[in-house]
Amino acid sequence: MSQARLSPGVAPGRLPPDQLDRNFADIAPVIDRHEAIVAADRCYFCHDAPCVTACPTSIDIPLFIRQIATDTPDAAAMTIFHANILGGMCARVCPTENLCEGACVRMESEGNPVEIGALQRYATDGLMAQPGHPFQRADTTGKRIAVVGAGPAGLAAAHRLAAKGHDVVIFEAREKPGGLNEYGIASYKTVDEFAQAEIEWLMGIGGIDIRHGAALGRDIDLVDLNAQFDAVFLGIGLGSVNALDCPGENRKHVVDATSFIRDLRQSTDLGEVPVGRDVVVIGGGMTAIDAAVQAKLLGAENVTLVYRRGPERMGASQHEQDHATSRGVKIICNAVPYDIHGNGAVAEVEFRYCEDGPDGLVPGSESFRLKADQMFRAIGQRLEIEAQTLTLAGGKIAITGHGRTSVDGVWAGGDCAEGGDDLTVTAVAEGRDAAEDIDAWLTGRAMVSPG
Amino acid sequence: MADLRSNFIEIKSPNPFWLASAPPTDKEYNVRRAFQAGWGGVVWKTLGAEGPPVVNVNGPRYGVVHGPDRRVLGLNNIELITDRPLEVNLREIKQVKRDYPDRALIISLMVPCDEDSWRNILAKIEDTGADGVELNFGCPHGMSERGMGSAVGQVPEYIEMVTRWVKQYSRMPCIVKLTPNITDVRKPAQAAKRGGADAVSLINTINSITSVDLDQFAPEPTIDGRGAHGGYCGPAVKPIALNMVAEIARSPETHGLPISGIGGITTWRDAAEFMALGAGNVQVCTAAMTYGFKVVQEMISGLRDYLDRHEMALSDLIGRAVPNVTDWNQLNLNYVTKAVIDQDECIKCGRCYAACEDTSHQAIAMQPGRVFEVIEEECVACNLCVDVCPIENCITMRELDIGETDRRTGQKRGAYANWTTHPNNPMAKAAE
Repeated sequence: MSQARLSPGVAPGRLPPDQLDRNFADIAPVIDRHEAIVAADRCYFCHDAPCVTACPTSIDIPLFIRQIATDTPDAAAMTIFHANILGGMCARVCPTENLCEGACVRMESEGNPVEIGALQRYATDGLMAQPGHPFQRADTTGKRIAVVGAGPAGLAAAHRLAAKGHDVVIFEAREKPGGLNEYGIASYKTVDEFAQAEIEWLMGIGGIDIRHGAALGRDIDLVDLNAQFDAVFLGIGLGSVNALDCPGENRKHVVDATSFIRDLRQSTDLGEVPVGRDVVVIGGGMTAIDAAVQAKLLGAENVTLVYRRGPERMGASQHEQDHATSRGVKIICNAVPYDIHGNGAVAEVEFRYCEDGPDGLVPGSESFRLKADQMFRAIGQRLEIEAQTLTLAGGKIAITGHGRTSVDGVWAGGDCAEGGDDLTVTAVAEGRDAAEDIDAWLTGRAMVSPG
Repeated sequence: MADLRSNFIEIKSPNPFWLASAPPTDKEYNVRRAFQAGWGGVVWKTLGAEGPPVVNVNGPRYGVVHGPDRRVLGLNNIELITDRPLEVNLREIKQVKRDYPDRALIISLMVPCDEDSWRNILAKIEDTGADGVELNFGCPHGMSERGMGSAVGQVPEYIEMVTRWVKQYSRMPCIVKLTPNITDVRKPAQAAKRGGADAVSLINTINSITSVDLDQFAPEPTIDGRGAHGGYCGPAVKPIALNMVAEIARSPETHGLPISGIGGITTWRDAAEFMALGAGNVQVCTAAMTYGFKVVQEMISGLRDYLDRHEMALSDLIGRAVPNVTDWNQLNLNYVTKAVIDQDECIKCGRCYAACEDTSHQAIAMQPGRVFEVIEEECVACNLCVDVCPIENCITMRELDIGETDRRTGQKRGAYANWTTHPNNPMAKAAE
């Protein structure tokens, strides 16, 4: 083992460049035509198919698979995009084992679903590789709509609104659009700058203007937006990370998993991304898994993910958990951090085992310590907003119907809005449906949903 | 262990699986490999009259119909009879037969429809040691345009005439191979019998265009932008072949005439079905052309296993289903069944519901939680749900007891009664 790999503390370059390239290559490369047709042949074309019901965007999955089976993948892609304009990203990041593939009737018969995610990627990659944009805008309505946040919800809303002939301005706080697609997903799921390529393709519809460096509450104001635009859609996500409430949390190298994931995604040279030799991740969701796996892939010697409840309660799917353990991540359940020791920087984390009882977590007396020179917090995020006029519910923006907030003319969707799983595909569905509702509200046209 | 040795019109073979006259049996090399793989016999690819060899196309000879995963369901060909010199074929046949005396070796023949041509070819094959001849009255493409093959097989009088010549000029057992490209297969079979045939074999291939090239706007297989119909075979033709075999087996005029069953036989089960409908043995081509000669091993073990499980001899199987093939008017109209869905087996795909609701009798209800239930009041027992269900035995048909009320009609199930005595039949005869 090379010396670099064993460097103490948080250090870059633990692995040689070629190893890093292999570790961060596309985790599930697009399948070819033959594989697609073989996979598509397994679909039963179910009546009122359970996979469609399980898809937050209600993509007509049996139809698009039949279109692949009959060798018309572009038609399949259009079936997907009509329901989900970010179908390319969703094909990469959806926890399909919990959604469409989990509901596939072949799970019942063989425990092996139709590979819906891979088929979706086959179709969408094929169409997106072609020049131009496949949707045309309707005649202009003269209505102007502000979309705050260029994440999945905002992008889906903007595209649908633009398609209906409205003019859209997206206000985005960060330098790049994409939200979690760009900043919050493990690199090996979206290689080759796919998030940016997808947005460029999506913007091909026209009628969408993006203004960067415009954060709600800092650079722009909701009341002003509502006055200046015919409608406002908020897709601002969750800006803050929950704290651990644990002594020593301020020690050096105790950081948010989202920051680590973001910095890794934005890095142009993985050899320059520092990572600890002994890494501890606190949390049980996809963010925790993505941080843990990537720390391992960067060359951390020991990565331990510690979750306070049992494995069945983890936000990350079994598939994600298996992926993590297959990469060498150790998962410990039913334990909470109790103290973070170290002299300046974190050196060791003390945990207590606990039980998940009917009245919540009950810490036990048994404890253990894990060596740690880097520690990631991934126990959830919360809304970062000056509530002011907006009513909140459970720490998120309260909504009724298709994303209507308490303020007339203001809609919200995605992670910032109450309800739904915090998934890309859910955000897309909420953005799309809010756009339909906004259109109906502005024009009196009938709402079309889904697709 | 069941004895698979076969004696078909006094032609003996170690098992009833023969390779049909086709590309796999065109030459010594292939036939030796077939025998090494375990085939009981071969019908050597059709020999023609002496003279310049036949010429084949130099582009694609085969077209295909694929099922899921490119499974070959149907194959069509525009290949003609052997294009190798007659004397080469005769020499090879003699050598192979000498080396494999226990295997059946039949020579397929097709020469112009005149007495001299047949007398000459029969004289030439006399000393090959072959076990019999099969008259190719079935090939539907190319040769038929020249008055041979199915052009003969479509005219019963010609069949009878040629068969008579063959029996007159040869001591060999004679099998007449029939074309399915006719309206009533019993007529050519009767003609063969009148002519003295020892057996018939069927079916030869069916006139077909497998697909159309939608860029060239030409039928497949396409030769330089154009196509001609070919002969269709493979699993897709099996139901047509089974019916034709059964028609000959149950027809009073031809009942008892030995039949060599051909048409899409791919597994032991297919073979057993042909035999149950009256075939004394079977001939295979497409399965071998798709998977190679080794498939015979599964056919042998499968048939043996089946016979053992049912404690039957091979001879018990042959024709066993023939008495149960009847006319529609003999079917019991008081036989009442209802679909039953096994909820434990159901995978909730809803195909039964879609099929019944959209195209049949609205006899399946979709309940919350994707529970599919049969509505007996509507179920006519059509079997479509059983057919479209992806899970074998998930949906079955339950037979009502005699006296049990059919909830669709409100009538109690009665004893056997068919259309011939049904009150709605204006031609009905009083029940005896």
